[in-house]
Formats: sequence, C-alpha cells, structure tokens
Amino acid sequence: MASLAVPKPPARTRRSLGGGVGPIGLGVATLWLSLIVLLPLAAVLTKSLEGGLGGFWDAISAPSARYALLLTTAISALVALINVVTGTLIAWVLVRDDFRGKSLVNAIIDLPFALPTIVASIVLLSLYGPRSPVGIHLYATKPAVILALAFVTLPFVVRSVQPVLMEVDREAEQAAASLGASGWTTFRRIILPALYPALLGGAGLAFARAIGEFGSVVLIGGGIPRDTEVASQYIAKQIETDRPASAAAVSVALLLISFAVLFAIRWFTKRKDVG
Amino acid sequence: MITVTNVSKRFGDFTALDDVSLEVPDGSLTALLGPSGSGKSTLLRIIGGLEFADSGSVVIHGEDVTGVVPQKRGIGFVFQHYAAFKHMTVHDNVGFGLKIRKTPKERIDERVNELLKIVGLGGFAKRYPSQLSGGQRQRMALARALAVEPRVLLLDEPFGALDAKVRAELREWLRRLHEEVHVTTLLVTHDQEEALSIADNIAVMDNAHIEQVGGPRELYDRPANSFVMGFLGPVAQVDDTLVRPHDISLLSRPEGDAREAQVTRVSHLGFEVRVELQLGDGQPVFAQLTRTEAAQLELSAGDIVWLALTGDRDARLVSEDDRLDAVA
Ligand SMILES: Nc1ncnc2c1ncn2[C@@H]1O[C@H](COP(=O)(O)OP(=O)(O)OP(=O)(O)O)[C@@H](O)[C@H]1O
Ligand SMILES: [Mg+2]
Repeated sequence: MASLAVPKPPARTRRSLGGGVGPIGLGVATLWLSLIVLLPLAAVLTKSLEGGLGGFWDAISAPSARYALLLTTAISALVALINVVTGTLIAWVLVRDDFRGKSLVNAIIDLPFALPTIVASIVLLSLYGPRSPVGIHLYATKPAVILALAFVTLPFVVRSVQPVLMEVDREAEQAAASLGASGWTTFRRIILPALYPALLGGAGLAFARAIGEFGSVVLIGGGIPRDTEVASQYIAKQIETDRPASAAAVSVALLLISFAVLFAIRWFTKRKDVG
Repeated sequence: MITVTNVSKRFGDFTALDDVSLEVPDGSLTALLGPSGSGKSTLLRIIGGLEFADSGSVVIHGEDVTGVVPQKRGIGFVFQHYAAFKHMTVHDNVGFGLKIRKTPKERIDERVNELLKIVGLGGFAKRYPSQLSGGQRQRMALARALAVEPRVLLLDEPFGALDAKVRAELREWLRRLHEEVHVTTLLVTHDQEEALSIADNIAVMDNAHIEQVGGPRELYDRPANSFVMGFLGPVAQVDDTLVRPHDISLLSRPEGDAREAQVTRVSHLGFEVRVELQLGDGQPVFAQLTRTEAAQLELSAGDIVWLALTGDRDARLVSEDDRLDAVA
C-alpha cells in the first residue's frame, strides 16, 4: 500500500527545533525511510526506465497491460465508492444504534485487516466458486473481483468515519431539527459536511489498497487477461515470464495513480479545512 | 402561550419530571429556575419536542403538540454550547431555516442582514463560527432561531458558558431584544440573579417539581417554602423563623421584643455590611446592613446589640425542615 508520508529533507540550517527529536533522531528517521521506502521506490523506478521513456510507455500501453491498469483503476474507484456508502452506513449503525452483539460486530469489522488475504480468497472461492453452496457462481467474473476488493477494504471507511461521527455535535442536529430540517436534510447539510474529510481519507486508503491488491483476487478472480486480470496479477505474470522491466513499468504506473489520488485527496481536505 | 399539563418523564427508574404543570403567558419572558439536575432542561426539551414526555400534554398557542416532532412545532431553540453549524458562515447559519423552507435567496439575504443587525453582528456575515467569541456565537444562535419567526423561543442556559461580564451584558441585551421582538420566551437558568433581573415571570423547580411560579418580586417577597426562599436569596434563621438578612435590624438599646446578641464579625462588602452575630442560646445569625446603618452603630466584634425583625411579615417563613443548607 502506498503511503504519502514522504517528508521534505530536513533543512540543514535549522539547528534545534522546539520539541524536535534532534539531529540524531532526524537522521535515523530519514535513513529508515530511505531504506524502507525511498530506496525500493528508486530501484523500481530505475528498472522501469531501463528501456528509456519509450520502453516504459510501450510496456504500459501493451493491450493486456493497459486493460489491467484501466480495469484495476475503475474497479478500485468503484470499490472506494461502494465503501463510502456502506462504510458510512455501518459506522452510523455502530455509533448511533444500540443492539445486542454490537461489540461483536464492531470487532468483526477489523477481520478483513487481520485475515491473510489469500484466506479471504479461499473463503470467497468456496462460497461463490464453482461448487458454491448458495448457488451463486462468480468465479472469474468482474463481480468476483469487486467482491474480493470490497471485502478487504471494508474497514477503511468505517474506521475513519466512526470516530468523527462520535464527535458530531448532537445539539447542532437538534438545532437543525428545531429549524425545520428533516432527518435527511440534517444528515446531508449538517452531518455529511463534517464527515467529508474522513470519508475522503477512508475512500483514498481503500482505493490505494484495492489498486495493489493481489492475494484476495488471485483465486476467485481467475486472472483472465483482458477480462478479470488486475494489474498486480499482470505484474506477477510478467515476472514469471521473465519480463522484469515490463513488470516494473506497470508497478510504477500503479504507484503514480495511487500517489495522484492520495495527493488529490489531501489537497481537497486541506482546502475544505479552512472554515 | 405554552401550557404544560401533568407532564412526567422518567429515565430508567430515575424520575426527571414528576407531574409538572406550567403556563407560560403570551409575550412573556419566563425563566425556569432551579438547581442542577432539577429537570429544567428536560422540561424545556419536552416543550421543544427534542424529548417526549411519558405522560401529560404540551400545548403551544392552542395547538396540542404533545406528539409532534420538533420540525413542526414552530419553536426556536438555543443551546448552552451554541450548537453552531461549524462549516457554515454566520450568514448561512442564520439563513439555514429559511433556506430549507425554499425561501428566495434575496429574501433570505434581506432577513439575515436585518437579524444580524438586530443582534449586533452586522459585519460578521462572512465569518465562520470558529472566528467568533462565545458571546457572538450565542447571538448568532439567537438570530438563527429568530429567523424562522418561531411562535416560542426556548433557551437552555444560553449564557451559561460565558464569563460573568459578557453574561451580564447579554442578559441586558436579551431583555431589550425581547421588548423589541416580543416572542414568548422560556429561559432555563440556575442563576437566580439572572432570573430575577430579566424575567417577568419565574418558575422555580426543584427535584422534578415546580415549587412556585410568580413574578420576581412576588417570589422574593412571598416565597412559598423555604426552598424557594433559599434559592432566590440569602436567608437568616432566628429561632425557627426564616428571614432575609436585610430584614434584620440591629439596635444599640433593648426595645420591644428585640433579642440580645453578640457581634462576632463585621465584614464590609462595598455597599453592604455583613454582620455575624450569636444569639443568647448560641445560635449564629447574620444580618445585612447598609453602610450608613453600620456607621451609625459603630459595630465591632464583641459588641452587644439587640436584634429586631423588620420588613414584611409575609417575607418570613417558619422553618419546616432542613432544606436550608444552601443559604449564602
Ligand atoms: N437522557 C437522559 N438519560 C438519563 N438521565 C437523564 C437524561 N437526561 C436527563 N437525565 C437526568 O434527569 C435529571 C434532570 O436533568 P436535566 O438535564 O433536566 O437537569 P437540569 O435541571 O437541566 O440541570 P442542569 O442545570 O445541570 O442543566 C438529571 O438527574 C439527569 O441526570
Ligand atoms: Mg440543563
């Protein structure tokens, strides 16, 4: 999963920052970040440009590659959108309603985080695969991919919206009601604006996770080129067939899409925050 | 007029309101006064439809609204902590009620500007609530409530979160605003000074009950029981008589049925002078004198004086129980 925490290198002239960690702390943090994040990124970037910009472009615009990238982006966006709706709903129920077994449900939300994704894939395969006990056969279809990605990204929006929803000013809602606003109007005009940053953030994380997801789609998705093959599967296949430069190029393309989305969200939330 | 009849409300097995009835006269500014936990907010919220009574009825201007949702009650509600719509400008906050009523934009602008002028926020339309002081936020909240021309205005400790000076200013301001707008207003407060200074009608609550309803003077001068008397002002006890400390006068010579007492302490509190005394049987009492009176007596600790009860007999009570812990 991509992270956008790439800090600017510390300015050399700044000596001791108030409450900072000092030069050693900064050094360690920078070194760690470099080893763990920047170095591999640089390596994959170099690899992808082995054949020059032209080679890079050829690699990602090969029909199967382009299809996989487009499919992945579109499905990830769709999954993020589904998450925005269902995640808000689940968070709402968890925060506002009281029912028996609520804490159990609350714990189950995190299951997709805890479960190895390949296990998720097996679970989905046994439920919706060729020998489906419920008679739903989704193996190697786009809905299967969507389902798998929706499963693994479920917690993101729920967990980002939930705390914000708990903090929402109930009296502001009551004030809106006393001014004549219906429940829906109050939700749309009073609650939703407070949730926007959390929704965008959660959706962004879900998108970024979905775009690179491999384990959960690998079995149920079928990996049919130009049909259900997502970018990560395409990359794996390139590696298997010994085309590392092409694999690196598609990886970098994924990375760029991910970065672009996360930065766009960040910019958007910042702009929303000025109020 | 708001008429509350036999309203009861329980939370679990806790009784927040016990068979409460109240009338709020048309155009009045009525205060609901009582200590913390007495059920004031609960009663106000039931009138506003933010809470529903277990039994009893609420009638606003002749219409039974007991089971009616807040949206349809024609009320304006103001909360202690402003309940501002944080992501909207002051203009949009105030215009909210009109906007959802699909009022034309020009009409909204006109009304919002007019209201902002009334509440003294003329130049603040484009600000966000976070850019206002507490007092300004509360005035915005009032303007927002008034914008939809409510039949009644319900205020729950509107100045409770503000410091003493701003409180006093806003209190004055609200009284003047009420004289201008004249909408039937019910104001919850636990501050007797606030109630006495702005309300023309006060209902005193204690322990899920309304103890007494009346004008400020009536309540102060003719309290129905020791709770009301103690809650509205300081009380001194002479034998088993409860009396306002300013209704005790001190004499330098025995006279009539005046009682002998020894001065234990004299405190000068600006305009008033507080004299602590001890009666012959050891009972402590305190009296409030004006500076002039005190100066004439030239009191100091250890002096022997004679204590007489003056003032209206109806302003005194015979102590009936031990509910007087709260005396100042
Ligand atoms: N939603 C609720 N659930 C349980 N108990 C409640 C609820 N609302 C109020 N109460 C209880 O009812 C009693 C009266 O509460 P209420 O808020 O009406 O008091 P109040 O007179 O407004 O006090 P304060 O001056 O502190 O605001 C309190 O003891 C409170 O704990
Ligand atoms: Mg209250």
